[in-house]
Amino acid sequence: MTPSARPAPEPFRFRDCSLTIVSLGRSARNLRELRAELAAVPAGSIAHHFYDALLRPSFDDREYRNDFAAWTRRMLRDAPLAERLSVVDPLDCADLEDLRDRVIEIVEERLAEDPRHADVPEGMEFRFLRSQQVFFDTGARASTIRELRETLPKTTTGSVFYHFVNARFRSPERRDDYSTWLLGFGDEGKEIAERLRRIDFQLWSLSETRSRIAAVLAGADAGAVL
Amino acid sequence: MSVALRDYAEAAGPEVIDALERLARPLRGRRVVHVNSTRVGGGVAEILARLVPLMNDLGMDARWEVIEGTQEFYGVTKTFHNALQGVPTAPTERGLAVYDEVNRESARVLGPSLKDAEFVFIHDPQPAALLRHLPGRRGHWVWRCHIDVSRPYRPVWKFLRPIVAPYEASVYSMAAFAQPLPHPQYIIAPSIDPLSDKNRPLEASEVAAVAARHLLDPARPVVVQVSRFDRFKDPLGVLQAYRIARRHLPVQLVLVGGTATDDPEGDAVLAAVREAAGDDPDVHVLLLPPDAHREINALQRRATLVMQKSLKEGFGLTVTEALWKGKPVIGGRAGGIVLQIVDHHTGFLVDTPEGAAFRIRYLLNRPNAVAVMSEKGRAFVRDNFLLTRHLREYLTLMLALDAGGAEQVEVT
Repeated sequence: MTPSARPAPEPFRFRDCSLTIVSLGRSARNLRELRAELAAVPAGSIAHHFYDALLRPSFDDREYRNDFAAWTRRMLRDAPLAERLSVVDPLDCADLEDLRDRVIEIVEERLAEDPRHADVPEGMEFRFLRSQQVFFDTGARASTIRELRETLPKTTTGSVFYHFVNARFRSPERRDDYSTWLLGFGDEGKEIAERLRRIDFQLWSLSETRSRIAAVLAGADAGAVL
Repeated sequence: MSVALRDYAEAAGPEVIDALERLARPLRGRRVVHVNSTRVGGGVAEILARLVPLMNDLGMDARWEVIEGTQEFYGVTKTFHNALQGVPTAPTERGLAVYDEVNRESARVLGPSLKDAEFVFIHDPQPAALLRHLPGRRGHWVWRCHIDVSRPYRPVWKFLRPIVAPYEASVYSMAAFAQPLPHPQYIIAPSIDPLSDKNRPLEASEVAAVAARHLLDPARPVVVQVSRFDRFKDPLGVLQAYRIARRHLPVQLVLVGGTATDDPEGDAVLAAVREAAGDDPDVHVLLLPPDAHREINALQRRATLVMQKSLKEGFGLTVTEALWKGKPVIGGRAGGIVLQIVDHHTGFLVDTPEGAAFRIRYLLNRPNAVAVMSEKGRAFVRDNFLLTRHLREYLTLMLALDAGGAEQVEVT
């Protein structure tokens, strides 16, 4: 039996996630208003604009890694601010309040540097949103690494979001679900988990992330080191 | 044409259909009623004609009811429509009474279907007052607003607000279209149907035949704008952009629009466009009937580039349709166009006819860039704006409402 065909004690249960988006009815026309609203909106809204947005119907403009960076670049046309906001990594933050504080600090720093802050044209305001998430079982299961690799491309981007993005924020170790399951395979699983950890989901669309996970798992199956 | 859920697997992916079936399991057997004011014509009827059968395919007891209005009623609701989009116009006292009376009578007729429904979606303002005439209702009632009500004419909004405020939730196509109300406001983007006549794949021979019928030279590039003849769609600006680009390239222009009997300005704009076009044989101003979906489809597919140079726009589904057909779009910085066009990826946003002309030249000189954009645009629509995504969001909304608006809902 090749290692990747070895069954796990518990099968991997593929789950899926679907979002519905709620408008908070709050918006910002300029940097000062953005600063004020950032302090006032529920933490769930900050989370939405950082990573839930991956599941929202929108162009995968991953040049800017969150909605705040994308808006400041595309609508406010403030490149330095967009660059600073784009490197904020929610996984480095203790919690959503910590994430909120970091974003506010960057915006305040920019306001101090450049007090000119024009309004964006009407209709281009930053609009604060939040999500409601519905989780469900897809019925698909994997008992071996090979089955995980074979099933993964047939899952939705919602499933990839649930197991690879959402999982990082559920897990105290900031670990994705695939890796948590793979650790049950000893050294082989540990090595694959380490390679999965290097996939930066914030740089890719969910379908691109799915392809990269599949590539890592294919390497595992072939025994190659990616 | 009867279309089943599984028919969408090729366009959207089989995994998307599987997920819809799983998501819908807790909703099987539940009664869902959609209500609007017309069974034919308009985007809402087009969407419901497909969405309701797909909900039934998923095991729900989904129905589509239509309120019966009078000519006077539709005059009043057309005034509402314009006023909600900011035009300073309002119905008379008598008109408001007619509006209420038609809703009262519709509530009597539809009451048995609506009172026991578990989910009721009321589309747009026409049937919105049904809710106040059905006090014994038991389901989740949602107002689905398809129009931009962000800057309504206040006297009309003052009348409508107390009518829509008691709903459990409202739904808008974009966050920018919403209006503050004392209930959750959901955002569900519209969609296109990849299997409809307007969007289904066509044989190259059919596309060529339509192009030939309209005297398009098969050897030269074509820029197409599909839209009503309306000043906000800026057809004269498109013509100006074409004239500037034409100095550098042998491009042809097609301005194609439907007839709009409810738009008194349409004829005047069309006349102005025809006059501006003059006798240029490379400008084709086409007025097509409202059911010419296949012909529009063919013209979009024949296009080298598509323009939607709107000055004011709703979501801009013509942009979505063009991207789905693999066409980069040069669009005005307005409404939902800015959500769909990302410079250098799916097309270009422009602010002036000069800007549009430059982007026509830019793209027609870069066939490789057009090919890359074509792929990106189609993938963007496949992932975000097909009917299957729309259906998924409806199901998610229904499950969220069932769960009392909890942030996270576990479906078993």
